[in-house]
Order: sequence, then C-alpha cells, then structure tokens
Amino acid sequence: MSKKVRSNPLGIRLDRRMFLKSAAAGVAASALPISPAEAFNWKAFLQKHFREMSDEEIKKVIDRLEKEASLEWKKDVHISSAKAMPNVKFGYGLDLSRCIGCRRCVYACVKENNQSRTPQVHWISVLRFKKGEKWIDLENSEKYYNPKQVPEKDFFYMPVQCQQCENPPCVKVCPTQATWKEPDGIVVVDYNWCIGCRYCMAACPYGARRFNWAKPKIPSTELNPDTHYLGNRPRYKGVVEKCTFCIQRTRAGKYPACVEACPVGARKFGNLLDPDSEIRQLIENKRVFRLKEDLNTEPKFYYFFTGWQVQ
Amino acid sequence: MNVFLSAIQSVFKGSARYYAWVGFLAVLIVLGLSAYFQQLEKGLITTAMRDQVSWGFYIANFTFLVGVAAAAVLLVVPAYLYNFKPIKEIVLFGEMVAISAVTMCILFIMVDLGQPIRVWHTLPLIGKMNFPASVMAWDVIVLSGYLLINVLLVIYALYRLAVGKEYNLALILPLILLSIPWAISIHTVTAFLYNGLSSRPFWNASILAPRFLASAFCSGPAIMLIILQLIRKFSRIEMDQKAISKIAELIAYTMGINLFLLGAEIFKEFYSGSLHKAPLEYLYFGLHGNKQLVPWIWTSLALNITAFVIFLIPKTRENFLTLNIGALLIIAGVYIEKGLGLIVPGFVPDTLGEIYEYWPTRSEAVITLGIWATGALIYTLMVKFALPIYKGQAAEGNK
Repeated sequence: MSKKVRSNPLGIRLDRRMFLKSAAAGVAASALPISPAEAFNWKAFLQKHFREMSDEEIKKVIDRLEKEASLEWKKDVHISSAKAMPNVKFGYGLDLSRCIGCRRCVYACVKENNQSRTPQVHWISVLRFKKGEKWIDLENSEKYYNPKQVPEKDFFYMPVQCQQCENPPCVKVCPTQATWKEPDGIVVVDYNWCIGCRYCMAACPYGARRFNWAKPKIPSTELNPDTHYLGNRPRYKGVVEKCTFCIQRTRAGKYPACVEACPVGARKFGNLLDPDSEIRQLIENKRVFRLKEDLNTEPKFYYFFTGWQVQ
Repeated sequence: MNVFLSAIQSVFKGSARYYAWVGFLAVLIVLGLSAYFQQLEKGLITTAMRDQVSWGFYIANFTFLVGVAAAAVLLVVPAYLYNFKPIKEIVLFGEMVAISAVTMCILFIMVDLGQPIRVWHTLPLIGKMNFPASVMAWDVIVLSGYLLINVLLVIYALYRLAVGKEYNLALILPLILLSIPWAISIHTVTAFLYNGLSSRPFWNASILAPRFLASAFCSGPAIMLIILQLIRKFSRIEMDQKAISKIAELIAYTMGINLFLLGAEIFKEFYSGSLHKAPLEYLYFGLHGNKQLVPWIWTSLALNITAFVIFLIPKTRENFLTLNIGALLIIAGVYIEKGLGLIVPGFVPDTLGEIYEYWPTRSEAVITLGIWATGALIYTLMVKFALPIYKGQAAEGNK
C-alpha cells in the first residue's frame, strides 16, 4: 500500500498509519464536517493539562500555538507563559464616586484582550443605578444604558468584572480543572483544556465569565499580538473566557488596560502583599466594600468612595 | 445459545407497524444529526442560550431523564426485596428504561458541550477529573456506574431466562442492593449539581434534592405505566394487573409529597419575601413584564394536581382510561416543572440582575427530538431482543 499523506492547512503531516493508530485510540472526530481552517488537529487534541506540562513541553505547545495563530491572523503573534512573581497578590480598587459610566474601560479591555468583535464579547459590564433609591439594587440596574452624554445627573455607575475571588466558586465546580487560581491570585482558564460545559458560568456570582457561542471574529489589523497563554491569546469557539487582570501586562510590571484607560482615575491596582502599595493604602484608609460579601467568595476587587466626584 | 440467536433474528423481523416505527425514529435521528452537525460547525450560537442563560433545553431534558432513570429503582425494591411477584416479572423492562434514559442523559450532555471532543478531560487518570471538588465529576461517576449496573442486571436476567433457571440471588443480590442507593444517588448528585451554587438562589435551597426525588418518583413510574401497557398490547405477554395498580398507587404517594414540597418552597420564598424570591416570581407571575414561563408552569401545576386526584381515588386509578390520562398528565407536568421550569429560573434574573428570556430555537428542538428518538430506538430494539427470550421462558413455565 502506498503511503498516503494527509495534510492540513497548519502543515501538520499525518501518514495513514499514524492516522489509523490515532483513530484506533477511539476517536473518529476527523469525520465531522468542520471547515478546513479547523481541520482536526491531533497535537491540540492530545495536548496535556497546562499544569502537568514541563517547561519544555509548554515551550513546544506555545511554538505550535504561535505558528497556528500567526498563520490565521497573518501577523507575528507572541504567546508568553510568564509565571507569577513571588510575593505578589494582585488586588483591584474601584472608586464608585468617580466613575462616570463612559465604558472606555470596556472597549480598552476588548482591544487589549482580543475579545471577539462579532459576536461582541465584553469582560466588563458597567451597571447604571438610579441615585437616591435602593443602594446596590442589581435587579433594577441597567446594563444597556445609552444616553447622549455621561455622566447623567440622576445616576451612578458600577463596573463589574471578574472579582478574582480568593475562594472562587467557578474553580471549585470545573469538572476538568481547566480553570484555577494562580499564585498571584489571578483566576485563569486554559482554553485548550476547557470542555465548554459552562458550569463555571452558573457558579459565578458576578456574571464575569463569557462563553464563545460562535468562533470569535477579530479583524486581523486589530488583533493584539502580545499575548499570554493564560490570558489574551486568541480563543476558540466553545470555550469560556474571563478577565485576568491583564495577566500579560501585569506580570510584566504594567497596569491593566482598564486602569490606564479610565479618564477619571477611578481604577486602582496593585500588590496586596506590599504594605506601601496604593491598593493597600485605599483598603486601609477608605471605606471599602466587596460585592456579595455574604457568599464568602473573598473577592480581591474592592469598591470604595473617595467622595470626589466629576461634575 | 440458540435462544440468543433467534432473539437477534427477531430484532430484524417484525410487523409493518414495527418497521414503520423504527423508520420513523430513524428519520428523526437523521434530522437531529444534521442539526447537530450545523451546531458543531457554527457553535452553540445556533441555540438560544447566551451568557445570561447559559444552560437551556438540553440540560432541562437531561435533568428530567435522570429522574426517569432513577425511578427504575421503584420497581426493583418491591421486585427483589419484597419478592412481589407481579412486579418481579416486569422489572426487566424497568431496567431497560433506565439504560435508555441514562444513554439519553449522556447524549444531552454531549450536545451541550462547547468542545465535545475534549470530553475525555473529565475522566480520571487520562484526563484531569476535578474529584471530589466538582459535583459534575461526581455526576460522571454515578451516571456511568448506574448505566453499567443496569446493563449487567439486564444481561444477567436475560441469561437466566434463556437457560430457564431462577435467579442465583447470592450472585446477583449484591448488585441489586447496590442499584437501589445508586439510583437515589444519581438523582441526588444531579440535584446537588445545581443546589451547591450559592450564586443561584433559586437552586440554592435545601429542598431541591428532596423535590427532585419526589418528582422523579412520579414521572418515572408514570412512564413505566405507559410503556408496560404498550408492551402488553403489542407483544401479548401476560402482565399481572396488580403490578400496574401497585405502580399507580406509588405515584399517588410520591405526587402528594412532590406537591407538598412545592408548597413548602412557595411559602418560604413568598412569605419571607427577600430578594431571593425573584426567580420564583419570574416563574409563576413574571418579572418586570417578562412572563415567558408563566403559562407553562401553571399548566404544569394544574396537570400535576389533576393527576394526583386521579391516582388518589382507587376507582379512577384502577380504571384504564383515567389511569392512562393521569400518567400522561404527570409526564407532561413533571417535564415542564423539572425541565425548563427548573433550569431557566436559575438564570433569571442573572447574577447582575439582567433578565434574558430564553426559549429554545428550532435547532435545539430538532436535536432534542433526535436524542429522544435515539432513546426510543434503543428501548425498542432492546425489548424486541428480550421478548422472545422472555416469552420462551413463560411458555416453558406454563407446561
């Protein structure tokens, strides 16, 4: 029998024997009618869990993923696997008296973190509340407010994103350990391990997790090529994603994109383990609260008031 | 061995009606498959599920069917433990219902996954099963275990019937005994899967698991009632009427408990009146003008109460017409209550207070129908295979 060679657009060659061997492993999924761009990828299929791979194996996987992504997006995509720095636990502060509800953070996040443009995926939801009524009345909040100008006189705003819980319910329920809390406190997802069961979305009390209901679409020119394996690298359809405090930036000593984008300085970020950090100063000197404290999730996301207000 | 060969042959031979039925199921399965391939290609965007309501019709059907599977134990207990002969003769058909139901459960989970080919990640050893932390890991174990137990029980029972010997209880009793708590466990674990989420007040109520069991022990036996009568009608095998009325009597008790637990839940939520009542309010009265599920849940309640009355009164529960009407009412009533009526309000309003009204798309409906047809086909073929063996033994017994 002649040695037939199966090839796919990613340049991974599989001869017939290898193919049969793998098929015998119990999977015939290559027969599924998926578009050529998503032709079955054995290396991806057999990839190990991120935390079980050696540094060498991680490097290999990242090489392959970079190749795949660069081919698909027609630009050099870099995927970092930078580890957590020692003695760092990230925390976030948000000044509710300053926020003007402009949603610049939302779109800075989309751009930095390569969220799908169609269908639209946002990691930050800004909620609008009526002043002078119930305090945080989620049921009567408005997510799709659309005035000519912000801030509006009778309203205040509260952005919500992943609260990076110390006691994250989403991590507990994941049946495959595809999501976990990193040593610097960031809750991450391995997009190559997630099976897309969405149990974590049911478990999250903050509506922070997003599912790729379709293949994420981003114009090639808009793709941010500086990515992290556990963060903003391009995602697949059928997997869950979420805010990672911009892991690709914060582990490189930068602020998250939302912090930089905020025009009124409502967003603060820092190391909770450093007694001199801005975030520690805020927690110790301002009146802070965390969302849904009664659920005992221990968020590392603090809301507070300085009293300072944009007029 | 000859018995098994002729049994296999009998699967391929049948009346015109048998072929029509199998053909009908095959058409539904093909339609379902083609819709599923579409879903695979485009992603779950072909469903009506979104980030706000991230589980829908598939998980609703899954939940209902776990109940049906668990209810097979209601036949096992009187059959083997109390040696109640009329039910012992038909318990085989109950175990086959469990097999079909668990198979459908697995299919409903598979079609709900965003990355179905990665499902091996949930397995122990080769994957990275999150055991014991994730209740879903528990569910994988108990559901596959339950499937295995019932397959073994059915194979053993058929083997015994084929060689014409009584059960060797020393051999099979441990498995039968195990199947009883195991059946309860599949339902309890599935209830805990929702129950354990503090983010969803609608599910985070301790009454959820007891309600699950109570309603399962209504709908499961009700399905058994209908199926047993169909088998009796088409195969002309003898079935003691006592077995049927015993099952009907059981349903009366379990439906009573089910309605009581529902009342307890409604009292607690509406009387205390905290914000946690929002999902229940959405379900029964609508929230901020959104009332998609309201007519359905009241229909379900009316069906359940009517059926309860029918099964409570001995006269109507022994009359064939009213008995069957009652069984159908219960199946429909529990299907609504334990299906969309359980899943959707868990997500409405969502954790940030948004209301998204979910209703399954045509694609979801076709895939769901395809899976039900698969279950029905599996059951039909199993019964067709088992009947000659079953009847052969019965004939010998009469000699």
